[in-house]
Amino acid sequence: MGLEQKLGDMGVVTTTLEKAVGWARSNALWPLMFGLACCAIEMMSVQAARYDLARFGMELMRASPRQADLMIVAGRVSRKMAPVLRTLYDQMPDPKWVIAMGDCASCGGVFNNYAVVQGVDEIVPVDVYVAGCPPRPETLIDGIMKLQEKIKNEPLKKWQ
Amino acid sequence: MSELAPFELNALPADAISQTLKFRDELTLVTSRERILEVLLHLRDVQKFEMLTDETCVDYFPQEPRFSILYQLYSISRNIRVRVKVILSEYDATLPSVYSIYENANWLEREIYDLFGIQFTDHPDLRRIMMPVGWVGHPLRREVPHKVEEVAFTFNRRRIDEGKIYAGE
Repeated sequence: MGLEQKLGDMGVVTTTLEKAVGWARSNALWPLMFGLACCAIEMMSVQAARYDLARFGMELMRASPRQADLMIVAGRVSRKMAPVLRTLYDQMPDPKWVIAMGDCASCGGVFNNYAVVQGVDEIVPVDVYVAGCPPRPETLIDGIMKLQEKIKNEPLKKWQ
Repeated sequence: MSELAPFELNALPADAISQTLKFRDELTLVTSRERILEVLLHLRDVQKFEMLTDETCVDYFPQEPRFSILYQLYSISRNIRVRVKVILSEYDATLPSVYSIYENANWLEREIYDLFGIQFTDHPDLRRIMMPVGWVGHPLRREVPHKVEEVAFTFNRRRIDEGKIYAGE
């Protein structure tokens, strides 16, 4: 039995283009497949059977930055890695978003030293910060849902 | 336990070892940078220490001479270990490379050069190995500060945030 028979004639739904595009974008985010440290283990478990990120339309990790529109920075970024990370970000097509996963990516965490970038926001603009060391999979899913909310309300002119 | 002959100190040239330290059955030989090649060659060929397990450096900053270079040797055939130590001054932190004796010293010495700024003469490829190209300074020296960023509390968080770099959109 189809939806129409069940609910009757639903007629026409009106919305704005911005909302329709935001809704479409938010439900098919393709993250870039890379991990930098122990947070990546939690990120893998988010995608695996138990937490199953596919429920939110984000399970398709792309190995190429050309096909990704979300960068999950999972782990501490060393100063040597920083230019590589920025290159990957620049290679991603617009529109693109960044999640700083964990304390190290957000603010340097326990690595307050010469070798580690003190927060990945020094090199790429971050949309959502996820706290934890490492964050539990639920926390990352919550961060991703916060990002989806943000994308749904984003004006189109931001990505001209 | 082992029936092999213990370490033969007397076989070494008498004036090459300035000090012999023993701590918890670990033997350390202190030598000078002029004699290090001679000592290591003797240890490898005569005493059969075939393997350079590690070569590293310690910075005892307020002391002068402040650096000590350590060679951890292992004899596979005799199953014994020895540590050789060379003490270096900050103002003349140069010593000969032991690449000609133990080839794996190549990268180990590059690491010491990168992190401590010790110069190795006759090294085949003395470049940085860990820090990015163009890095200024040698970060494991004691004068390099521990922290790069002040720890944030509620009373100073705003001031730290104002001085922080943020990537633009």
